[in-house]
Amino acid sequence: MENVGSLAILFAFCFAVYAVIASIAGKLARRPFLILSAERAVYCVWGLLTVAASLLVYSLIAGDFRLAYVASHSNKSMDTAYKFASWWGGQEGSLLLWAWLLSTYSSILVFQNRRKFRDMMPYVTAVLMSTLTFFLILISFIEQPFKVLMAGKGIVDVGDGQGLNPLLQYWTMVIHPPMLYLGYVGFAVPFAFAMGSLITKQPGDSWIHTTRRWTLVTWMFQTTGILLGAGWAYAVLGWGGYWGWDPVENASLLPWITATAFLHSVMMQEKKGMMKVWNVVLVSSTFFLCIFGTFLTRSGVVQSVHAFAQSQLGPYFVTFLAVGIAGTLYLILNRLDYLKSEAQLESVLSRESSFLFNNLILLASCFAVLWGTLFPVISEAVTGEKISVDGPFFNRVNIPIGLGLMLLTGIGPLIAWRRSSIESLKRAFMWPALGGITVAVILLAMGIRDFYALMSLALCAFVTVTIVIEFFKGAIAIRAKDHQNLLASMIELTHRNTRRYGGYVVHMGIVLMFVGFTGKAFDIDKTVQVQQGQTLAIGHYTLKIGDVVKSQNEVYTSEVLNVEVSSDGKFIGTMKPERRLYIASRQPTSNVTIRRRPSEDLYLNFAGASNDGEGTVIQAYVFPLVSWIWAGYWVVLIGTIVCLIPSKTRLIWPRTEVVAVTGKHANIEQ
Amino acid sequence: MSGAMNNYVKFGLLIAVVLGTLAWLAVGGISETKTYYKTVAEIRQLGNQAAERRLRVGGDIAVNSIKRNGADVSFTLAQDSLRLQVVYNGIDPLPDTFRDGAQALADGKLGSDGVFHATKIQAKCASKYEAKPVMKGTAAPAVRAS
Repeated sequence: MENVGSLAILFAFCFAVYAVIASIAGKLARRPFLILSAERAVYCVWGLLTVAASLLVYSLIAGDFRLAYVASHSNKSMDTAYKFASWWGGQEGSLLLWAWLLSTYSSILVFQNRRKFRDMMPYVTAVLMSTLTFFLILISFIEQPFKVLMAGKGIVDVGDGQGLNPLLQYWTMVIHPPMLYLGYVGFAVPFAFAMGSLITKQPGDSWIHTTRRWTLVTWMFQTTGILLGAGWAYAVLGWGGYWGWDPVENASLLPWITATAFLHSVMMQEKKGMMKVWNVVLVSSTFFLCIFGTFLTRSGVVQSVHAFAQSQLGPYFVTFLAVGIAGTLYLILNRLDYLKSEAQLESVLSRESSFLFNNLILLASCFAVLWGTLFPVISEAVTGEKISVDGPFFNRVNIPIGLGLMLLTGIGPLIAWRRSSIESLKRAFMWPALGGITVAVILLAMGIRDFYALMSLALCAFVTVTIVIEFFKGAIAIRAKDHQNLLASMIELTHRNTRRYGGYVVHMGIVLMFVGFTGKAFDIDKTVQVQQGQTLAIGHYTLKIGDVVKSQNEVYTSEVLNVEVSSDGKFIGTMKPERRLYIASRQPTSNVTIRRRPSEDLYLNFAGASNDGEGTVIQAYVFPLVSWIWAGYWVVLIGTIVCLIPSKTRLIWPRTEVVAVTGKHANIEQ
Repeated sequence: MSGAMNNYVKFGLLIAVVLGTLAWLAVGGISETKTYYKTVAEIRQLGNQAAERRLRVGGDIAVNSIKRNGADVSFTLAQDSLRLQVVYNGIDPLPDTFRDGAQALADGKLGSDGVFHATKIQAKCASKYEAKPVMKGTAAPAVRAS
């Protein structure tokens, strides 16, 4: 069976290479049948990889412990769901998932466009299949998923495997990697279209229209993946936080930032024909940052607690990145004439300008995160001394950036295209600004003096008011005409321009998340050694320490600490933080308990028995507003889905369409 | 024409202000939080310098050296025959991978008493085990010794 799996991967590799060659050759030689054969090869690759992936999953579930991958990532006592999740629990399997997802996307794309974009599609196929070829080289020759365990010269069956790391045996962890991968891999599609459009010198921006939904959907997957990771870190890893600026987390954030910038700047291209070069650069950066992120987590370049083990993959990724980036750069520079802007920035006080600054600071944030992540590598190369920077560095740069973004989120929708007068701005911003100031004054009166927290919450109020006003203004206009009630008018309004109002909903979700992030400024923590029967106070909670209950099952031994919690003197329940020791892997885990409320989370960790006697060490935290982050995510999700629904009325923006470009134009001055 | 020029100047200035502020914050952030990677042996040789800098030191956690005492956790980092006494009193709970024989990275400062005061601990599987690749999880030790 392992032979069939390996062969399938090898054949897939051959077909992918064939698809690249045949589609380019077919295009150049004008042979439609060759192009068609290349497209069929794409389906074959998908079929073959599906066979390989199914075989791996089957081996994991059936427990074929002759396979090295199965032996080290699965065992007999695990739930079937986790056995399935072991598919992406390790290096080889997760690379296979990458390849399989990319081939799935490619097949869907080729099928969708089998009669469209005949000019561009061969190159789109070629770009996608080149990327896939790279990943297939990795799993065919370097990290083979179907390697068998060998002792001496014979194949060995070890009887039982080591199982998936217990920390990963948690539902969010089961879906976190595929979500992130769906997002990572998905950006290959807009990238391939951008390249296809450049190669074939397409005028206009058909690639943007075609890939708009792809981009939104992949962005949604990225967002979901990142937040699942954060939620998992918070609830399972038990270090009391949801984000630690670890290199691997940063790797997932980087393409998300550029993707977000891209989602905004495409609007400039669609509506004003501006920022064309910039958009190609953004979509390419996002794609290469996705590859870079995959590289960072697998090569051991940057030390991280949750990186994959060191492997020999590094040089391959560097080569792929270098060749890819060089090729893209050459193509962009060579085609600059086709990417001329159709309009110019006219005023600092304009919506164009707000988009420009939105992109500027998003990119600055991306650069700062990248710089901080690679600082140990850079400093070692430059000074010979390995120096790392830490959370405080990232926070210092990114908190002001976040606040700036919030401000722009509020300003953007209210400011006119082209230019705005100070007068109209005063009118538009009066209520939002009042909202922000009111919140700031109330918080000041409550005794909050943290500058960033005040700013953040005031800005959140500012943005909320602008969004609410936008909805009401539109809805009231519709109500006046259609005589519906306000809610129906709002739904009607949203349906008429889903992208605009869905976008506002997404912004609202981001506001909620920012409220949650701001809660960080008010965290309380306490680590104490206590005896049974003692109490400790944290915030307005009183914790009474009860007994430790020990138990054992076939998977782990467990110690549960009973803690009676009362708030302001009133008993509100018993919390049971737990420590487990997994028998198969000798891995201890601490299972924190969290009492989640909209206002704050009470978070308890049973750190273990102290060495100097009978006492136990308990860590208690109060994390205000954390739940707002997760609530914000759902709002973002709903907003994104609204954006994906086609608008009821097709909106046409008056703008000159570029039909063709002949030679160099002189810039038309205003 | 002059209006366009004027616009470019305005945009240029605004962009410069935004980027300048961020660069200033970044430089400050780096000098404030930069941490030097050192081995146990290198720390011994640092002398007086060691007390001022934030350091990140790595090594194996000596078997049976982890002691909990109230809010503090003390343990010994071993690198070959060298030993370094570490006391941790940071805010975050210790990672689950922090245990006897694991590789640990401790961030903090060296006290004048020769004890390393850590404010952050990261732990990873020991190198004598086959490093087990995991998805974005804390790398956990595999049982099978290679």
